[in-house]
Amino acid sequence: MTDLLAPPTTRKDWTSDQEVRWCPGCGDYSILAAVQMLLPDLGVRRENTVFVSGIGCAARFPYYMNTYGMHSIHGRAPAIATGLAVSRPDLDVWVVSGDGDALSIGGNHLIHALRRNVNITILLFNNQIYGLTKGQYSPTSESGKITKSTPFGSLETPFNPVSLALGAECTFVARTHDMDRKHMMEMFRRAHEHQGASLVEIYQNCNVFNDGAFEDILAKDARADNLISLEHGQPIKFGADSQLCVAHDGNGGVRIANSVDVEDAEVIVHDEKAQNPALAFALSRLASGPHTPTPIGVFRSVEMPEYGSQVQAQIDHAKSQKGSGDLEALLSSGPTWTVE
Amino acid sequence: MIEDSSVVIRFAGDSGDGMQVAGDRFTNSSAIFGNDLSTFPDFPAEIRAPAGTLPGVSAFQVHISDHDIVTPGDAPDVLVAMNPAALRANLGLLRPGATLIVNSDAFDERNLAKAGYSENPLEGDLRDRFQLFEVPMTTLTIEATKPTGAKPRDAERSKNFFALGLISWMYSRPLGTTLEWIESKFKAKPALVQVNSLAFKAGVNFGETAELFGSPHSVKPAKLPKGKYTSVTGNTALAWGLVAASKLANTPMLLGSYPITPASDILHELSKHKNFGIATIQAEDEIAGIGTAIGAAFGGHIGVTTTSGPGMDLKSEAMGLAVNLELPLIIIDIQRGGPSTGLPTKSEQSDLLMALYGRHGESPVPVIAASSPSDCFNCAIEAVRIAVTCRTPVILLSDGYLANGSEPWLLPQVDSIPAIKVEYASGHNGTDANGEPIFLPYLRDEETLARPWAPPGVPGLEHRIGGLEKENETGNVSYDPANHELMVRLRAEKVERLARDIPPIEVNDPDEASALVLGWGSTYGAITAAVRRLRAQGRSVAQAHLRHLNPFPADLGKVLGNYEKVVIPEMNLGQLSKLIRAEYLVDAIGINQVNGQPFKVHALESAIEPHL
Ligand code: SF4
Repeated sequence: MTDLLAPPTTRKDWTSDQEVRWCPGCGDYSILAAVQMLLPDLGVRRENTVFVSGIGCAARFPYYMNTYGMHSIHGRAPAIATGLAVSRPDLDVWVVSGDGDALSIGGNHLIHALRRNVNITILLFNNQIYGLTKGQYSPTSESGKITKSTPFGSLETPFNPVSLALGAECTFVARTHDMDRKHMMEMFRRAHEHQGASLVEIYQNCNVFNDGAFEDILAKDARADNLISLEHGQPIKFGADSQLCVAHDGNGGVRIANSVDVEDAEVIVHDEKAQNPALAFALSRLASGPHTPTPIGVFRSVEMPEYGSQVQAQIDHAKSQKGSGDLEALLSSGPTWTVE
Repeated sequence: MIEDSSVVIRFAGDSGDGMQVAGDRFTNSSAIFGNDLSTFPDFPAEIRAPAGTLPGVSAFQVHISDHDIVTPGDAPDVLVAMNPAALRANLGLLRPGATLIVNSDAFDERNLAKAGYSENPLEGDLRDRFQLFEVPMTTLTIEATKPTGAKPRDAERSKNFFALGLISWMYSRPLGTTLEWIESKFKAKPALVQVNSLAFKAGVNFGETAELFGSPHSVKPAKLPKGKYTSVTGNTALAWGLVAASKLANTPMLLGSYPITPASDILHELSKHKNFGIATIQAEDEIAGIGTAIGAAFGGHIGVTTTSGPGMDLKSEAMGLAVNLELPLIIIDIQRGGPSTGLPTKSEQSDLLMALYGRHGESPVPVIAASSPSDCFNCAIEAVRIAVTCRTPVILLSDGYLANGSEPWLLPQVDSIPAIKVEYASGHNGTDANGEPIFLPYLRDEETLARPWAPPGVPGLEHRIGGLEKENETGNVSYDPANHELMVRLRAEKVERLARDIPPIEVNDPDEASALVLGWGSTYGAITAAVRRLRAQGRSVAQAHLRHLNPFPADLGKVLGNYEKVVIPEMNLGQLSKLIRAEYLVDAIGINQVNGQPFKVHALESAIEPHL
């Protein structure tokens, strides 16, 4: 929550005294830096900021933030954050999670926090692998992936976190990646501003167990032709010379086309505020993995009633109707009689 | 008028016959009339098993008396059976010569077959063994409600009120209480008010005019302590206790709960009382139920989660987290038959060892148990008090029998209940290596060993907690062997020290007996009744009942040492016995029953007797 009277801070103020213990070269470092550099810009107070995490490499995040924090148990951070955000609407509650934590063991809590539209900001570090347990496939690993637990290749279809969030009624869904600090900061800022549940998927490189998973789209020379930057109200064009675009495919979906082959009017104009998430969903399905042109940016940002404030509104309404609770009256609310 | 000092009545019918309503209403008018009473709703787990079958039988037993009673009674004196299945399922419970009132309309070939009767039992020797009354309740109800124009199919549904009317006449209950209730309950549907009232009155009139039943009976009001009473079930009392605790602590409460039998009524009840500042979340699962409660506790509110056995299994990892976080948290387990789905609507005390030890690692948690429906109120307050002062998760055990059973409750003086002191950390409490003031989230209170409760929002107290082992005082992650050992021992000692605040155990021993009957939880009523009977026969026996199961009262070992024999009745295979043996090297004698039903007093009496 932006607080105009919040004292100015610097990145240092948001950095705890704990030594950061991710592997050298891990993408988590740049995400941490982006968050610590963004917070001074948000006009928020450290004492009103809480990071809640589950288990996994990403889940160590709260220890490195000089804020309130809880490193909880595997997959349960969205549930814990829900209880915190509902009881303390004055706080900024961030959830830091990974693909295993949020989408495997904690999948249920994630979808329900999203559908309830709890006012929490979820950063989903997606490295498509289990890092902390040393390299098993994750629910976002590509089919056929060879890992310690799938020596003959994974037989499973991966989740697409953006599609999943949209399907779970999430009101703010974005994607960014660990190689672009500016873009990360912009996405985190937008997610933080959003009232309700927001989810940012961050493509994060695990250089130890899944190095280069996003290389096809994030290598310096690949980005122009493979990262489709979504801008609200803008036609979706990409490529070094905007030579590529996204157009309707005639089947309710979308397709990538050469700009020269498509009338300007047929190029999709991105509308993150569309109530119907169908187009955002179609965009999330453009690439089946981070190997072909992939959209980043805000897929969806719509305003819907936020859960915690509605819980509070019911409490306030009950108080205004019935007055603050009277215990004696409560105990006598059933049949009573007096023994003389 | 025939005067009885007490009577046990059992209403039994199909799940759809409204027997719980009939029993509940009879209970209410008896309560208001001034009897002491105890109830035992006994219903199937299926919402509506096939009509007319044995699994679909639902019963409500109520014991009313003119003196102090503690159980719903062993053997009913009166059975109302609305169909053959209800007769068949309950006949074996009756005392010889009991009054048997059956809805004869329901004894047709189809229903007899569904109940597994090849011949109509009404034509057999029932009449020799019981006082049998065949009443065509369905016909009489339809007849009586004709003036309202109700279709027979609809009118027939009111036959529970006919039965209630008949029994109300038989036991000289005040009629106004029930009629007023019908009026207010069906306010929105005036047609139902009419039909139900007419059916009820028809039942009363039938008793009066049919000249079948002889004189009506009366059970005089009991001489109970003076004051204002209400009638509560355990679950309602528990919910009210939570409301009271939130108010006494002047701290908002959040309940995170997933629906589960027999605990859901606590969620329902608390959801009504938002004007007390109570938030309820029907969570997506059991784990989220406790997760949201932990989140609220971190935020400085009172976090509560309610469940039954299967939910306890699911919550155990999160309980361990709360042990490590050292935050206040209340976990309420309404025990039911297990393992697995077990017997959802039946009662057991088989989660005691799980409550104490059902988590990985050394994970101590205070455990208390309620002994009667109204005691659930006190125990809820006690659980919150321990959790808040000691910053620890607390498990409160109740069970299906207490949850749904009811008794008259002398209302407490609300302003005489001591407040619950909530203290949040407000400033720095230590210094770093350079002498700079800092906040140490795991610096302990010397007396209680509780760490500071420091909800977010206070500048300078920012800190991180979590499930990884914490360094003492700083709360930083630590893998140091000596620190881990220290923390394990500190967490254990914190719980042990609670014994300092537990009042000495009350032993009821009027004649210096050599055997002590020790109980815990919902067996209180049955044990008390059995002990009273044994004493009435001149036997000496001492009785004590535990509310605190972890830690035990400090003087328990000494008390046990005073007796040659310690007898422990439990609705499990001997869980308290095991603890008592392990803790005090006392050769406890278990009396164990695990059939999903509360103890029968006579069975307990004869099981205790040989040990005296
Ligand atoms: S294992 Fe991978 S994700 Fe985990 S810290 Fe190391 S590089 Fe980062």
